[in-house]
Amino acid sequence: MPTAPPTLDPPRARTSHARDFGPGFLVKLVLMAVIDALGVFGLLACWREGSMGIFWALLLLLVAANYVYFSKRALAGKYIYPGLAFLLVFQIYVVGYTAWVSFTNYGDGHNSTKEQAIEALLQQNERRVEGSAAYPLAVVTDGDDLGFAIVDDGRVLAGTAERPLEEVDGATGADGQAPTVVPGWTVLSYQEVIARQQEVTALRVPVSDDAEDGSIRTQDARTGYAFTPSLHYEEQADTMTDALTGVVYRPNAEGQFEAEDGTRLPVGWRVPVGFDNYVTAFGDERYSGPFLRILAWTVAFAVLSVVTTFLLGLFLAITFNDVRLRGRKAYRTLLILPYAIPGFLAALLWAGLLNRSYGFVNQVLLGGAAIPWLTDPWLAKLSVLGVNLWLGFPYMFLICTGALQSLPGDVMEAAKIDGAGRWRTWRSITLPLLLVSTAPLLISSFAFNFNNFTLIYMLTKGGPRFEDASVPLGHTDILISMVYSVSGLDGTAAKDYGLASALSIVIFVIVGTISALAFRQTRKLEEVM
Amino acid sequence: MRRSILLTVAASATLALAACSSGNGTTGGDDAAETDGGSPATGATLTIWTDETREGPVRAAAESFTEATGTQVEVVQKNYDDIRPDFLAQVPTGEGPDITVGAHDWLGELTTNGVVQPIELGDKADGFEPVSIQAFTQDGQVYGLPYAIENIALIRNTDLAPEAPATWDDAVAAGQAAGTRYPILVQTGNEGDPYTYYPLQTSFGAPVFAQNEDGSYEPELTLGGEPGHAFARWLAAQGSAGVLSPDVTADIARDAFANGESPFIVGGPWLLEDYAGMNLAIDPIPAPGPETAKPFVGVQGFYVSAQSKNALVANDFLVNYLSTEEAQTALFEAGGRPPALTAAAEKAASDPIVEGFQAVGADALPMPSIPQMGSVWAFWGVTEAAIITGQTDPVAGWDKMVADIQGAIG
Repeated sequence: MPTAPPTLDPPRARTSHARDFGPGFLVKLVLMAVIDALGVFGLLACWREGSMGIFWALLLLLVAANYVYFSKRALAGKYIYPGLAFLLVFQIYVVGYTAWVSFTNYGDGHNSTKEQAIEALLQQNERRVEGSAAYPLAVVTDGDDLGFAIVDDGRVLAGTAERPLEEVDGATGADGQAPTVVPGWTVLSYQEVIARQQEVTALRVPVSDDAEDGSIRTQDARTGYAFTPSLHYEEQADTMTDALTGVVYRPNAEGQFEAEDGTRLPVGWRVPVGFDNYVTAFGDERYSGPFLRILAWTVAFAVLSVVTTFLLGLFLAITFNDVRLRGRKAYRTLLILPYAIPGFLAALLWAGLLNRSYGFVNQVLLGGAAIPWLTDPWLAKLSVLGVNLWLGFPYMFLICTGALQSLPGDVMEAAKIDGAGRWRTWRSITLPLLLVSTAPLLISSFAFNFNNFTLIYMLTKGGPRFEDASVPLGHTDILISMVYSVSGLDGTAAKDYGLASALSIVIFVIVGTISALAFRQTRKLEEVM
Repeated sequence: MRRSILLTVAASATLALAACSSGNGTTGGDDAAETDGGSPATGATLTIWTDETREGPVRAAAESFTEATGTQVEVVQKNYDDIRPDFLAQVPTGEGPDITVGAHDWLGELTTNGVVQPIELGDKADGFEPVSIQAFTQDGQVYGLPYAIENIALIRNTDLAPEAPATWDDAVAAGQAAGTRYPILVQTGNEGDPYTYYPLQTSFGAPVFAQNEDGSYEPELTLGGEPGHAFARWLAAQGSAGVLSPDVTADIARDAFANGESPFIVGGPWLLEDYAGMNLAIDPIPAPGPETAKPFVGVQGFYVSAQSKNALVANDFLVNYLSTEEAQTALFEAGGRPPALTAAAEKAASDPIVEGFQAVGADALPMPSIPQMGSVWAFWGVTEAAIITGQTDPVAGWDKMVADIQGAIG
């Protein structure tokens, strides 16, 4: 066994700045104290609310923060820790949660957990006994158990969950009002009732030994009614039984109670459904046809938006970069104006300007022409691109101006000396150099436009509708607005968060792949240097 | 080394805790001081979601409730459009409110998702307009406390058209005779507006869903067939005659009527605040078909969350405080929607405008609240708009719409 060559210990500083008690350390201590204060406050709040998932995540982040900033071994960590923490919370968690939802049937009818679905079904199916009266009611206790005392035809009756109602002699109270004194029972004050309100709401006092007569319950601690449940839940067997017909409902794989003849109880719960949502997105022909058309338009829209805004922005940047132009500062300021107006507002404004009969564009600019800017499939696409050009060129103008001003003058001079013409200089020197610094921004602009929901939603709402499709999607819908329609968030369809999440994951994969490939390409640009 | 890490962490944590504890001390003192006035504090806090127009009256009712019972009420103002999705998303997590304001047509969705619980109004139910209770009833259970009934009607500018039109053609003729830019205004938009168009559709005998004898709806589509085709053909004819147009959006219609550019507009009481100072009359909607034009009735009310930990207080507040004539009248005055409580409604009817809307509402049908209704809107309006512009053949387009809705319902 060869012996390891003797290694030299690297010279170690006697003090590390992780615990060097200088002024910098004090600042760090105070900052960490503030962060820990917020963290501990958050931990206490989570503990109180019982949100244990957030509690453990927060604890982990907090411990990691303290380790990273006070340990000598985690020097590199302190630079990347904040970024990593935010990445975890705002990106990875969100993507993970979306992915998880995409494998469930979360949506209308499957909104919650099984416990809550059972609770809701029982709540909805407890019915007042037909023809029964309203009884003035007081909440009482016999020392151990809660009970109700009610007034029925001038008689006072009292009982608990275990003891059916029995007449009590000598009880007093105003006529038609809840009894105030009940011998053998203590009447609870309103404050005491509220303090135990969940017990009071859950309490059922049988009217008699016969279950058919129902049980007294109260919803406001002032009036009681006789109720009978029309559904029973058998905890052991995990089944629901209809009290009238005796039909037994069993939980099925889709998260609903189902009888043998296939009838289902309305309230269901969330269950994992595997790849069903992905199969629907690509396999169900109601969705798959529009999906491919919308995918094609989304890519076209994102690419064309970036190209048109970049070319116009670049053109203007070069124009206004010419020192011979007078007052170019004023022009530049004016050009940035569209950028200063919030996007959703501008899109709404344009929707009004492009109205076929009353819009400014048709009425004033085109002398009363009735051009269907937003309702013809191709014109609507053109309008979307046009409005996005108007919205987006100032951004490109800004970054191109910045990049142009930082181009090295000596390279230009060298080109001139070599006898390159204007076009040649622009093609071979300016543009490649410009792309080195702007390409990453173009890629992020592409990713932004790929998901430019605001513009589409405010301008056309995805319309005009596909005439041959059977889902509410249209010619200018992009993937993200398709997700919005499919998920039913706009209120025009039943909600289906599972399908919407599956589509979101598909979008994420597409945008992620294209961006990764594009970033790899930009490295080649740098080789020009 | 490790010990020193622990030390520094402990030091910063101690600082943090010190800051927290002093903060808590002062707020505790404030709480005690607040409840000195009314009944002894119960420790329970009721949370209510409401929108901007209803916040004031709900807050007023809440104050009298706090005064009488000692229970604190937190009124949270939310954007009306956010209330339904947020309620559906938050109730299952336990973060939702105890009570929320809402429209009756949410009922199907709210019950399928198990986020609301039935409330027992007892004898108080008799004090409300029957249609308002019926609207909040599903499968024999009442799920909301109604407070307002709203429906659309024909709003007429009496300076431009002195008499109420009997039929749709009369209205168009009167509008043309008035020489205004639009004979009659019906808001449409590129997505259509099936809610505003519904009375016109029902006059052809094509309601959206089949109704049982007790007024509840069955998930069986009835808007197709010959009556539906007749309505579709009529839409196409009106579109080519230029009377109806998708270019008339809600904003354009609203402004045009305010500027006296048409004697008639089909719309609800919420439009009236723009028309202050005009001479108006409220008439039944003129029927283009052989039957009466019946609009949808919408009922506004309050729901109790299925997961409420304060269900007792919530029910007490709704059944015993918000159902009073005083509270219902205050809500009417704040929002202008005719009250659902009969006593308050009668008082409000002293105003001829309110009475006009109530008279049209007497004929009207509650908007279906069954869950299947959610699948209808997306296809309905767009098809109507496409038929009006002539992009779609009326009969074929209408049939495709019915088939698509049936497909979405499943």
